[in-house]
Amino acid sequence: MLLIECPYCGERSELEFVYGGQAHIARPKNPADFSAQEWTDYLYQRDNIKGVHAERWRHTHGCGRFFNALRDTTTDHFITTYKVGESPPAALNTAKVGP
Amino acid sequence: MADLSAARQPPRITACGLVRPLPSIGRYILRGGPLVIAAAGNALGLAISQTVCRSWVNVNRAALCLGPDEHLLLGPDALEIAGVLEPALRDLSHSLVDVSHRQTALEISGPHAAAVLNAGCPLDLDPAAFPFGMCTRTVLAKAEIVLWRTGDDIFHIEVWRSFAAYVSRFLDEAAREVAF
Amino acid sequence: MNDGLRSVVGGRIDRARPVHFTFDGRELTGFQGDTLASALLANGVHLVGRSFKYHRPRGILAAGSEEPNALVAVRRDEARYTPNLPATQVEIYDGLEAHSQNRWPSLSFDVGAVNDLLSPFIPAGFYYKTFMWPRRAWKSIYEPRIRAAAGLGESPTQADPDRYSNRFIHCDVLVVGAGPAGLAAASAAAESGARVIVCDEQSEFGGSLLGEPDGERAPKIEDERASAWLTRTVDVLTRNPRVTVLPRTTAFGYFPHNLVGLNQRLTDHLAEPHPDSPRERQWQVRAQEVVLATGAIERPLVFPGNDRPGIMLAGAVRTFLNRYGVIPGSRAVVVTACDEAYRAALDLRDAGVFIATIADVRGHASGPLWEAARRAGLAVQTGTTVIGTSGRLRVNSVRLARVDDHGNVVGDVQTMPCDIVLMSGGFTPSVHLFSQSRGKLTWDDKVRSFVPADPAERVRSAGACRGTFALAAVLEDGATAGSAAAGDAGFVNTPRRPAAPAVDSAIGAYAGALPQPGHSVGAKAFVDWQNDVTTRDLAQAAREGFRSIEHIKRYTTTGMATDQGKTSNLNALGFVSHEIDKPIPEVGLTTFRMPYTPVTFGSFAGFARGDLFDPTRTTPIHDWAARNGAVFEDVSLWKRARYFPREGEDMHAAVARECLAVRNGCGIFDASTLGKIEVVGKDAVTFMNRMYVNGWTSLAVGRSRYGVLLRDDGFIYDDGVVARTAEDRFHVTTTTGGAARVLASMEDFVQTEWPDLSVWLTSTTEQWAVIAVQGPHARRVLEGLVEGVDITAQDMPHMSVARGRICGVPMLLFRVSFTGELGFEVNVPADFGLAVWEAIYAAGQQHGITPYGTETMHVLRAEKGYIIVGQETDGTVTPDDAGLGWAIGKSKPDFVGKRSLQRPAMTATDRKQLVGLFTLDPQVVLEEGAQIMCERGQQTPARPIGHVTSSYHSAVLGRSIALALVAGGRARMGATLYVPMPNGDVPVQVTSPVFYDSEGARLNG
Repeated sequence: MLLIECPYCGERSELEFVYGGQAHIARPKNPADFSAQEWTDYLYQRDNIKGVHAERWRHTHGCGRFFNALRDTTTDHFITTYKVGESPPAALNTAKVGP
Repeated sequence: MADLSAARQPPRITACGLVRPLPSIGRYILRGGPLVIAAAGNALGLAISQTVCRSWVNVNRAALCLGPDEHLLLGPDALEIAGVLEPALRDLSHSLVDVSHRQTALEISGPHAAAVLNAGCPLDLDPAAFPFGMCTRTVLAKAEIVLWRTGDDIFHIEVWRSFAAYVSRFLDEAAREVAF
Repeated sequence: MNDGLRSVVGGRIDRARPVHFTFDGRELTGFQGDTLASALLANGVHLVGRSFKYHRPRGILAAGSEEPNALVAVRRDEARYTPNLPATQVEIYDGLEAHSQNRWPSLSFDVGAVNDLLSPFIPAGFYYKTFMWPRRAWKSIYEPRIRAAAGLGESPTQADPDRYSNRFIHCDVLVVGAGPAGLAAASAAAESGARVIVCDEQSEFGGSLLGEPDGERAPKIEDERASAWLTRTVDVLTRNPRVTVLPRTTAFGYFPHNLVGLNQRLTDHLAEPHPDSPRERQWQVRAQEVVLATGAIERPLVFPGNDRPGIMLAGAVRTFLNRYGVIPGSRAVVVTACDEAYRAALDLRDAGVFIATIADVRGHASGPLWEAARRAGLAVQTGTTVIGTSGRLRVNSVRLARVDDHGNVVGDVQTMPCDIVLMSGGFTPSVHLFSQSRGKLTWDDKVRSFVPADPAERVRSAGACRGTFALAAVLEDGATAGSAAAGDAGFVNTPRRPAAPAVDSAIGAYAGALPQPGHSVGAKAFVDWQNDVTTRDLAQAAREGFRSIEHIKRYTTTGMATDQGKTSNLNALGFVSHEIDKPIPEVGLTTFRMPYTPVTFGSFAGFARGDLFDPTRTTPIHDWAARNGAVFEDVSLWKRARYFPREGEDMHAAVARECLAVRNGCGIFDASTLGKIEVVGKDAVTFMNRMYVNGWTSLAVGRSRYGVLLRDDGFIYDDGVVARTAEDRFHVTTTTGGAARVLASMEDFVQTEWPDLSVWLTSTTEQWAVIAVQGPHARRVLEGLVEGVDITAQDMPHMSVARGRICGVPMLLFRVSFTGELGFEVNVPADFGLAVWEAIYAAGQQHGITPYGTETMHVLRAEKGYIIVGQETDGTVTPDDAGLGWAIGKSKPDFVGKRSLQRPAMTATDRKQLVGLFTLDPQVVLEEGAQIMCERGQQTPARPIGHVTSSYHSAVLGRSIALALVAGGRARMGATLYVPMPNGDVPVQVTSPVFYDSEGARLNG
């Protein structure tokens, strides 16, 4: 059971959250211009990262906000969480992940 | 034709030593940006802001900030709240939705209140972590609730009506082990 | 009562309070404070169980939760029967009823023991190799018989009547283990003001201190006897309101982000538990910092015949003697590779036990404990190994032999009579929780064990669990860890360092099998007591080419019993390392998994049983339905009235009657569970246009429309009627089961894709009670009740919406129909739902109003060919497949799912399309889910071209109807297809999915 830092509410139990898949995959503004392959990639292709993964969570049973997180999939440690629309903190991308 | 306007029947709740149902009140969910919040605060006489998990009380009105653009407004009746807010917010894009009947309220109190809540609620309810006036949506076992600390050992719980029986039964069951 | 089995004084038992209990029906007496193990030993009972595979007689090996042998069942009544409890963890109470396991007909004469004689034929892997053919026999014959012969206790036969509790709790510092290290850590952390939780699996705090002698020979801590220090320390912790003290509480699992699962046993030790007390409470502790002070487990020695009753761990014997005042034998042989055994020998000698010899495997012995033994005149033989033992139900002698400097057995065999054997192979630090926390372990050659290295969580280890054993060092280690943990949690103090003896009794350790003459083929040398794994099994695995310890573990089952190899893993590793000639760290270590010791299912279930298993959601009208005989069905968490049978009616009859009532008169239906979302904001219409396939711009205020939602992959996600109640406000309805996920999906788009839109979503599912009044008389029923709204056909046509009042209550009225009849849906605030329902029902009496349920609703809508999402759709159905292509707003540049609808596969003509089916025999009702074939009599494997999605008997049509998805179905109108059933193919004719009133004249009435 993870402990997740909601950017609005602070640290809360995973029980209050729902996982939202890989982050930073924006829905195309003009899907009609997408080739079948491009659209298929958008719909179905996701990374399966061993290491630091940018992912979405929603504080469903809290403030209700979606937000993004960087989590090391090998340790479950969160490097940071940040609001929708914000870029992942680049400097932290390669930070050592530990307790 | 019968007039049923006084026939309001809130959901049944199992009262136990620690838990009691609260009377029917009016409730709105107000959604909107900073201008909306400021205008609503002015109209209601509450200094509300977009600080999540904070509450404001003025006599019989209260506002609970559940999310950055979401406030739960409580008052003696729904029409009164709407009557105050609708004119004040007329020119601002916002959402004001009556949820008076969507949810019901109960109160749990006493020195064991926090422990009984923690039978199903994963929050740290130590007064340092969850002080007087703090409010949030959270879970109680398999139900979603809004938890609001209204005293050192008093908590106000808002719960959707069809979950009220479960929540009150759960608290009743959890309270058994602290009652003897 | 003293027959030489109890010491005269001492121990932590209450000799003034005798406790009566039974073991296999035999009435015995112990004292308050005894475990079942100590009480049995005090009654001279060493034989307590039969082993798992060979049914060998077994006694008590250990004194704690690591006990692999002495597993018993405790029975309170028919339903309260708990198998597989270590006797060392069962506290006795008056009336305790314990039973031995895995024996027939009795413990001392067990027929299954023939397995022991057959053992040359049942080596490791025997089951896999032998019971392979015929394949079918494994499930029907081999496995059940093997399971009956081998095994643990039996399951109780009735539901568990006890209560179980759950508690979430947070703390600054969690200390696991309340031995000297844990107590020092907890005290240091508590003194800093931190919120502390300290737990221990035993009934009393103290850990190893509980096994120390009291009185003059007691170790001193801070100039007082250890027992006095213990009492004072525990008392201070207990009185501190910031400290939660949890005895009888096992930390069973370490989960990410410092969540530790504790299981507290509240009533198992009580003769008469309070009825309101849970039996167990599971604590889910979220700790800022964790201090593990989980101690160490003494390692047995591996030699032939090492499993006979009476052969015990040296430290365990010391605990039985000093803590429980039990003298478990009169003539002891001590076999050791560790100084601990000297301490045990000295304590036993002081209690009057004859120490026949101390056989030390090590070539040389030295140090203060050895010196003390010599001074006490105890015989010590260094460089000595055990090559065998004898005694059928209890050990009666040990055969010793000399070992030279190269580890070869030399010289004569010396037979030593005895009735008890103490052994010690050193101590294995309990790194289970640290390892579960994903911390890295490292091999420590000094203690010949793995010890904690790099942590992965905010966790520290202190004391014996990291290989620190001398009491002074342990206390200092604990105090330092507790203080540092509190410091990292934001609390500062300077820890006191309690002065204590610096003698390290844990010097020396052994991993593997003791030296034997040649390649021994005689008696078995057990490595894993509980799973009956011997050195021969491990040697065979190595011979057969297994190299990975994970594979050897699974092949031989070593370490896989309920004790998780607490006493066996290191010896198995040491032995394998020797066999395959690789150093232990290279052989590796098997994974430590939770739970540390078995946890009841009840503990995990907690409150979630019976009516609290899941919330039961009911509508405001539920009680009326219940009073009026409704049969309910579960729809997600909701209870929905399915039908209202009258006297003597079955479902078929009731549904037929209800259907006809709606078609010919008027029905009333509780639709309150429908999901409802209020979509509000100046960009509400833009949002709706993007979400739904439909166009909404042209929808006037006061009108509604059937809306279809897709996922972006183009498949139908949900549907429902949407009303525009203001320029900037939509009242959206969803399916009952889809309400939460539709709202979540909409929130996702609003928050993350279209944050520029000024629109907000609020669930109003429970704000409204929804009463559907359907049928040709619906208007007549309502017209006398509503105010402020004209419900005539001209003013309120199909798909219109109006606000008004009903019986004085505010109402949102929909003219809408899911039945194909003239229909209204009355929305009133939920608290008024029941009163308004009753008023409508009363007013409808003169029009024959009939309550109907979901089953009738399903038939009525199927007669009209209306789909139900999740029944006609399965996540692979497009709007066109479902015959809903008309709903798509063709001029919209985009909506969720639009691009996918243009993919070639989504427009293929052979996609499965919704059609109706008529069975040629009108009375045959097809099975929902049945497959559909092109031709009669096709043999499997054949490719079905579709399947039946809905199938009912239609009362109004007097025949069966079915909806189906059929490949290229709309081009097959009139064709005959076949539905294969066990009794033969059922021929069906493809027809339109609209079976009744296809012009829609009735709903526009």
